[in-house]
Formats: sequence, structure tokens, C-alpha cells
Amino acid sequence: MVPLSSYLAVAACLFSIGVVGLFLNRKNVIVILMCIELILLAVNINFAAFSHFLQDIGGQVFIFFVLTVAASEVAVGLAILVAFYRNRRSINVEDINTLQG
Amino acid sequence: MLELGFFYMFAGLAVMAALGVVMSRNTVHSVMFLIFCFFNAAGLFFLLDAEFIGILLILIYVGAVMVLFMFVVMMLEVNFAGLREGFLRYLPIGGMIALVLFIEIVAAGSSGIFSPEGMPDPGHAAQHVNNTVEIGKVLYTRYLLGFEVAAIILLVALIGSVVLTLRVRKDAKYQNISRQVNVDPADRLRKVKM
Repeated sequence: MVPLSSYLAVAACLFSIGVVGLFLNRKNVIVILMCIELILLAVNINFAAFSHFLQDIGGQVFIFFVLTVAASEVAVGLAILVAFYRNRRSINVEDINTLQG
Repeated sequence: MLELGFFYMFAGLAVMAALGVVMSRNTVHSVMFLIFCFFNAAGLFFLLDAEFIGILLILIYVGAVMVLFMFVVMMLEVNFAGLREGFLRYLPIGGMIALVLFIEIVAAGSSGIFSPEGMPDPGHAAQHVNNTVEIGKVLYTRYLLGFEVAAIILLVALIGSVVLTLRVRKDAKYQNISRQVNVDPADRLRKVKM
């Protein structure tokens, strides 16, 4: 009933909003991580749509893998953020320049 | 007809919630909008016969990942208003890149092989088909290696985040296990003749 292109359009919309969010909130690490989540969600919608329209369950298995990687990425990212906040009392991206020496 | 209505409802609400994530002034509101977005995306997955993944999205994302986000946002005392400086400065270039990306993806996704004629809707699965069983059949056979690698990735992330946030206190007293194990009775016990 709903054509494939509609699902692809929704996923493209979420993906673009995630990308524009990366540009707009370039100082706030938490919002940057959430924008990455949005981008991965768009990819997952594409996987699910193709899985349905090609009648291949493998796409849903790959959503499972993407979810795994996204969850671990958020856990490690937020852990780094908390450790950084303890040292610097700030989460501004422009303050994260310790590696410059 | 009903399915189309639900599709437009879920899709529209998901896109609006995603806009809320990006535009919201308060980071707590952003997290809430993202939770709402995930609920609507789960609805889209239900429409695509992916019930297991939809439930997984609600359980893992809303139940675990977003709670983690909320926890961190509330734990850090950060002036989030100050982090929004230069918000509008990057709107033109960011909006332009996103618009070009959107137009390209939609143009690619609505023509040729992906058009309704090229890839017709196969219809929904029959009532007796169990999505969870179908995923389990391939996940534990064909994709077993990927499944194991995913488990290792989760383990590494678990240990890594614990190690990163573990605060070692200077004044706490710890046991030195290797010294305890390597202790020699001869060093401690001295027999004296009475």
C-alpha cells in the first residue's frame, strides 16, 4: 500500500535533519550524539523498508547489528564526556583540544 | 487506506520530533523529542512487518540509551544556553548541505528501480508468520559470526565505559592480590626454641 519511495523519503528527511543538527549544535556534544542517533535511525528505516520490499529478513538482522553498535557508541561517548567533564568542568567542543599539546 | 493514514501520522510525527531535537533550546527537551521520534519510528517498523525490531527499538533505545542520555544531561551542571552560541551562524551552510543531500536521496529513491513499478509492494506477511522466529532462524545460523562479534562489541563497550568513568580514590585502601597470593610463610613465621 505504502510505496517504497515514501519510506525512503522519510529516512532521507530524518538523515538530513540529523546532518543539519550536526552543523547547528556544534558546541554541545550531547546534541551531537543525539544527531548521530537520528542518522542511524534513518539508516535503520531504510534497512527495514528494503527488508520488507525485497522479502529478505537479512535487513532486519542488520538493523540488530546497527542497534548494537549505536548503543555501544553512545555508552562509550557518554563515558568519555563524563570523564572529560570531571577534569575540565565543561563539555564545550571547543575546549576539547588537549591533544594539541 | 488505514495503513496509509498511519504511515503519514508516524512519518510526520517522527520528522517533527526530529526537528524538535535539533531546534530545541533545552537539552532535556531534545532528549524527550528523540524519545518521541523513536516511538514513531517503531510504529513505522510495525507497518513494515518488523515487529521484533520495533519492540527492540522501544526497549533498547527508549528504555536504556535515552535514559542514559537523560542521566548524563541531568548529572552535568552545564550552561546549555552558552553552548548555543553561533547557532544561527551555521544555519545557511548546514541547511544548504542538508537540503542538497535530501534532494539527492529523494531523487535517487523515487525513480528507477526504487519506483513503485520497479519494486512493487509484496503485501503483508500472513497472520501465522512469527517475525521473531524468522529472525532467530537466520540470526543463529547464517549471521552467527556477526552475532558473536556484536556480543564482543557490547562487552568491550561495557568494560570501556566502566574503566573510563571509574574514579580511583587516593585515600581508599585496596588489597594487592598478587602480593597476597605470592606471600611466603617463611617470611612471616619464625620458629624460636624455648
